[in-house]
Amino acid sequence: MRKKELKLVVTFHTTADAMAMEKACKEKKAEGRLIPVPREISAGCGLAWCAPLECREALKEVMSSVGIQEEEMHECMV
Amino acid sequence: MIYLDNAATTMQKPQEVVDAVAAAMCSMGNAGRGAHAASLGASRTVYQTRERLADFFHAENPKQIVFTSNSTESLNIALKGVLEAGDHVITTMMEHNSVLRPLYELEEKGVELTIIKSNLQGTIDYEDFEKEVKDNTKLIVCTHGSNLTGNLVDIKRVGEIAKKHGLLFAVDASQTAGVFPIDVQEMQIDLLCFTGHKGLLGPQGTGGLYVREGLTVRPLKVGGSGVQTYNKKHPVEMPTALEAGTLNGHGIAGLDAAIEYLEKEGIDHIRAREQEFMWRFYNGVKDIPNVKIYGDFSGGERCAIVTLNIGDYDSSEVSDELLMTYGISTRAGGHCAPLMHEALGTVEQGAVRFSFSHYNTDEDIETAIRAIKELATEE
Repeated sequence: MRKKELKLVVTFHTTADAMAMEKACKEKKAEGRLIPVPREISAGCGLAWCAPLECREALKEVMSSVGIQEEEMHECMV
Repeated sequence: MIYLDNAATTMQKPQEVVDAVAAAMCSMGNAGRGAHAASLGASRTVYQTRERLADFFHAENPKQIVFTSNSTESLNIALKGVLEAGDHVITTMMEHNSVLRPLYELEEKGVELTIIKSNLQGTIDYEDFEKEVKDNTKLIVCTHGSNLTGNLVDIKRVGEIAKKHGLLFAVDASQTAGVFPIDVQEMQIDLLCFTGHKGLLGPQGTGGLYVREGLTVRPLKVGGSGVQTYNKKHPVEMPTALEAGTLNGHGIAGLDAAIEYLEKEGIDHIRAREQEFMWRFYNGVKDIPNVKIYGDFSGGERCAIVTLNIGDYDSSEVSDELLMTYGISTRAGGHCAPLMHEALGTVEQGAVRFSFSHYNTDEDIETAIRAIKELATEE
């Protein structure tokens, strides 16, 4: 298994939000990728945006600029 | 075969649509059900199509577009999702059973129903909407275009009436989406129900529902959503709230390609070509003795539909003769529009519907005119 690192993990209410996030980050050249939601965050299934910790502000900016509401923003080992 | 049944489904699809469905069937995972490449590919396609549809109908944002399997499902979600016992709803005689049957079912559950009458030409008087508004009126639902006569309804005008009285406004765009411009904001539409396989030129089994932002619609189905697995309740966030179960990803990939095609070709150009065929056919058959044409052809915009009967002949017999002798596919009978047939006085006879596509040819139209001439004048 890959060594885990502390990362920023953003979860969303719907898959549509997650897809909007991916598109917006790509357009605005923000870092990260979609991953399955880690178990420690949510017992459900779904997609989350995973990015380096230092991207928090940049991601928040991207999200507010395109009107995406995160469910939660976590820092966890992934 | 000369295919003139495009109001039932557009049989010829752009090659791009066929290719997109085939490609999806070789590569697509389940949208929203994983983070691997195949699932994400599906999620991206579904989201891209949501965006395209939101742009196409001028929705506030892509999350207000819900995928369904057809207009009937969209209408069932919309009508059963906002009306409750004690509410009053206004509709018209122009409607298809996909509007009428959910309303009749709701009527049995205590919803009050008013149906605005049409005249012999199959059109309605807009003032009737206002006359029927009561204290408990919640919704106006009407078609944008009759599937039987091709008559259009000025939905912008109905939207204004609905807003003036604080009512919700739902539109059945089965016959018009993809051909006539629809702007849900300008037309003040709260619920737009559309199918993918007619004017939008997509695959059967695709369709959708636009829900105005802020309007809550009770779901018709609950179940798998790909999110919030351990919640006993289905998620309330749009569009997931109204999309339980695996989506028709393969079909949606085709719908995506279809809208891209419409944007490239331009719906004004497509509509102009259909209209040209319709008017040419209409002008070629209107003066033939024994031919009776239904609907309003006084010159305004209308769907590319010409519906007629020959003498007292059963419409099914005429439709069958058109197929067997001339290879022309039309639709006969009741067309799922019982009240429109009542208004036109064609319940027994039915009617033969010719509906055109921009893919038809001049030759198709000439053959159809000649066929009607021969059938109407034969001894």
